[in-house]
Order: sequence, then structure tokens, then C-alpha cells
Amino acid sequence: MMDWNTFWPLSVAMGIVLAVVPIAGLYMTFIERKLAALIQNRVGPNRVGPAGLFQAIADGIKIFLKEQVIPDHVFKPVYVLAPTIGLICAMLSIAVVPFGPTPTEPPTGFRAIIAPGVDIGLLFLLAISGLSAYGIILGGWASNNKYSLYGAIRSCAQFISYEIPLGLSVIGVIAAAGSLNIEQIVAAQGPGLASWNVWWQPLAAIIFFTSALAETNRLPFDLPECEQELVGGFHTEYSGIKFVLFFLAEYTHVVTVSFLTVLLFFGGWHFPGLDVDTGSTLTAYAIRWCVLLAKVALVVGFIMQLRWTLPRFRFDQLMGVAWKALIPLGMLNLAALAVVLTLDISRWWLAGISLFLLIAAGMLNVSVSKDRIEGRSTSSASRTRSSSPKEQWEGSRS
Amino acid sequence: MSEEVRKREKTVTWADVPKMNMMESLYLPAIAAGIGTTVKRIFSKNETRQYPEVEPNIPPNYRGVHRLNRDDKGRVKCVACFLCQTACPANCITIEATSTSKDDPQWADRDKYPAKFEIDELRCIYCGMCEQACPVDAIELTSIYDLTGMSREEMVFDREKLLEVYDQTSGTGKDPVRTKRGVLGPASDILKEQ
Repeated sequence: MMDWNTFWPLSVAMGIVLAVVPIAGLYMTFIERKLAALIQNRVGPNRVGPAGLFQAIADGIKIFLKEQVIPDHVFKPVYVLAPTIGLICAMLSIAVVPFGPTPTEPPTGFRAIIAPGVDIGLLFLLAISGLSAYGIILGGWASNNKYSLYGAIRSCAQFISYEIPLGLSVIGVIAAAGSLNIEQIVAAQGPGLASWNVWWQPLAAIIFFTSALAETNRLPFDLPECEQELVGGFHTEYSGIKFVLFFLAEYTHVVTVSFLTVLLFFGGWHFPGLDVDTGSTLTAYAIRWCVLLAKVALVVGFIMQLRWTLPRFRFDQLMGVAWKALIPLGMLNLAALAVVLTLDISRWWLAGISLFLLIAAGMLNVSVSKDRIEGRSTSSASRTRSSSPKEQWEGSRS
Repeated sequence: MSEEVRKREKTVTWADVPKMNMMESLYLPAIAAGIGTTVKRIFSKNETRQYPEVEPNIPPNYRGVHRLNRDDKGRVKCVACFLCQTACPANCITIEATSTSKDDPQWADRDKYPAKFEIDELRCIYCGMCEQACPVDAIELTSIYDLTGMSREEMVFDREKLLEVYDQTSGTGKDPVRTKRGVLGPASDILKEQ
């Protein structure tokens, strides 16, 4: 049985997550609309409340009051269950993500994490994030609609492909901290600026962020739900609150990814100059919390900015990025990391090797893609020539 | 495409996929440049007009809601000649004419005027042929563009309502600008000018 001293911090942490994440999701839609408007030289929502701030609440109320439409042709049990499964998987991964500063000593009292001191934290997270495709696949399949199914199939392929570079990229972080526990990983990056993982593992950081972005199904990688080709993809048949659950899951993923990027590569709640070394006083705690949330907000903003900057990948490009670029780069980076750690030379060697690998990949891409385009064009030209009926006729006449 | 195909198909404009250079194939500099563009957009001036508060500046030759003009004595200028009704491609104009009596001092100089003049604003396609047809410049399209109503009945404008539109719009600096036509009927301003 759980005693009161472990029960109340757990309940408080869970309460915070369950209350804040949906509201944050609602407000992220608002901020996203506002940002999109600004990027497109518009104003954005500005009618409900001061500066349109209540727009998110109005949207929430509207979508809660919407009629629950269940089309006749769907497989009902799975159709109803799929959004919930999607959201549960998204929420589960937050359980091991510290959403505030947590000390590394054994858990007593309140900690800003639902499951403190999980030694397989990162492993659990990778496993659950792979599971989050489940909701999408079930939803697309149960919709009994070819576009939805296409979306689901695409998401399946995308998740399988991007799981691998995601796993490869965090190995360096784990090796540096000597632990899978996210709290330990953050502690290993304090307190100076130079000890952040991103500086000496830039390639791993890029690979991690790219694949994590692909796992959130957001715009450069939103093939499962592309509006133009798949009329909405897996959520075509969903409306009202079920649709919201899918989107809440997506925004929860964005939050998780942002937290992870900050915690694994950008030093978590550490910031040079702002690190109060005691860590026990309330002020120090608040400062650390602010630093963490500010960094996370920056990453969330960056993800939104990316959405309105980059066009969507074609499907073969999507697979190409994962299998031809991210996975080989991740493996080479891993080998370089092993060499650096085994020889016990300065960590900054890895930064140099990362940069070299990136440039080498670019040069390879230039030389290979040139060949590929020329090769394809000659073969297609010869095909057209031989199959042209006019030429065949002329050839038979002469 | 190979050179032979290019030479044979002379009428085709050939477009090639541009080859990627070193910086482009690294992707990251291009992404950074793209983000630079969007960030610049955020801080540039936005183009939105806050519509209900700020109205657009509609040019005077805009074809909006009709009006029936008044002559110098404040009477309806229309001489009930049915030219607009005939010209109307949407059949939205209904006119009933009345002849005037010479004894009536108010109408002594006029032969006919419309007893009933109705325009169904929902049927109208705002082509402006009625005002082209009108020999006395009695019917004109104003620059009122935001016509709304709660029922179909209230969107059928009768004579009094069309004259009201004239009272609202005349002399506000937004009078319609039309080409002057030839001299016709007694209600025309041009007759008076000569």
C-alpha cells in the first residue's frame, strides 16, 4: 500500500499535468493561429476578449457542445476508443518528464514529475512514443475510409522510420550522464553553459529534434493528416470532442518534445548566472522553474515557426530523410561518440566530427543527386522514344 | 530530358529541376534562411483592415444598391418609359406607369411617372444595364455594397425605398459618376443645362 507521504506529491503532480496540459493545448492553438497570422501579415483572432485572448476558451466551449457524429460505416468500438488511446499514450510519456526542477536526492515531498526517480525514464519514453502511433492507426483503420487508412498507413511507416534515429540520437546523452534517468541527465549538464549537451553533440541534437518533430505529426512531417491530399487523413471522420482528443494528443506531443529537447540537450533548468547553488530555497526553485519554462516556450515557438516556414515533405522524401540521412548520420555519430569516450579525449572533438559529418553528408548528397537526376532523365527519354507510336510506324516503313 | 527529345519537341517549354548546390543540400542553412524570412514577416506591417470598424474606400463607379433620383422639384425623375425593365437581363424590375393630368400643377410639365417601381435586389445581378438604358438618368447604382436583410420580402425595394436611397447618398461626395448621354425626356438635367 502507498502511504500518504508518497501519495500526496504524486496526486499534486498528476493534478497539475492533467489540468495544465489541456489548457496549454487550447492556448497553443490560439498562439499558433496568432503566430500564423503574424507571419502571413494578418492580425489573427482578436474579437473574443482583450486581444482575442478568450478565443481559445470560446473554441473549447464550441467544440464541447458540438453534436457527436458517428458515421454509419465505421467500426464503432475502435472508432470511439482510438482518440482516447491516442491521448492516453501522449499523456503517459509525460509521466517521466520533469516539468519543473527536481533535485536528484531520494524523493521526499513534492517533485515536479509524476514518476520521480525512474531509472529507465528515457527508455520508457521511447517505448511509449512509439506506441502513440497506435491511436492514429486505429482511428484511420476504424474510419473505414480509404483516405483515413492512407493517413494511418503513412503514419505507421513514418513512426517506424523515425523511431530509429530518435533512439540513436539519445544514446550520446545517456552515455554522457551514465544514466537513463532524465533527472540525472539534467543534473549532468549543470551548471555552466559549456556543459550543455547541444554544444558537443550538435548532430545528435539536430537528429533528435528532427525525428521528435516527425513523431509529433506536425507540419514538415504531417503526412498522416495532410489536408490537400488526404482530406484530413486519419481524422477525416472525426468531429467534436473526439477530434479534439486527437489534437490534444498532438499538442501534448509537442509539449513533451519541447521539454525533452530542453532537458536532454539544452541543460534543462540550468542557465549560467541564474544558477542559485543552494537549490533548496523557494526563490531558487522559482528561478529554475522559470528558466525551464522559458526554454520550453522558446522551443514550442520554434516548432510553430517551423510549421509556417517549411512545406510538407513528399512521402519518398520523408522516407529518404530518415533512411538515407538521419539513420546513417546517427550511426556515424554514435561511432564517433564511442571513439571519443573510449580514447577519453576532449569532448569538443565530437563537435568537430559532427560538423564534419554534416558537411560530408551534404557533399555526398550533391554528388549523388546529380547522378541520379541525369540517369533517370536518359532512361525515361529512351523509353518515350521507343514507345512513341509515330516513330514505330516510321521505323517500320523505312 | 535528352537533347534529341528537346530538339524534336520544339513547341514544348522545358523546365528542369534545378540542381542543388552544396548549401542547399545541407538543408539546415536553407531552413535557417526560411525561418529568417518568416521572423521578418512577424515584425513587418500587417495588411488586415479591421472591416466593420474601418470601411473600405469604394470607388464611385462601383455598382451597388440602386437608387431612384429626384428631379429639381423633388419628384421622382423616372418617366416610366420601361427601358430599364426591358434592358434588365435578370427581370428584376417591375414598373407600373401612370399618366399625369395637365390640371395638376405638380405634374404639369410631365406626361408619365411610375405609380409602382420595384427592384428585387436579390434577383438583380448588378450589371448596370438599367442605368445605361435610362434616358433621363433616373436610375443609378450607388456604391452601397453591404446590403443585408432578414427576409426576401424586404429585399424587394419599392419606389419610396429607392428614393430613400437617393436621399441617403446624394450630396455625400459618393454620388455615382456616369457618362452623360444624349438629351431626352423632360426630367433630364441635361435638357435644363442647354
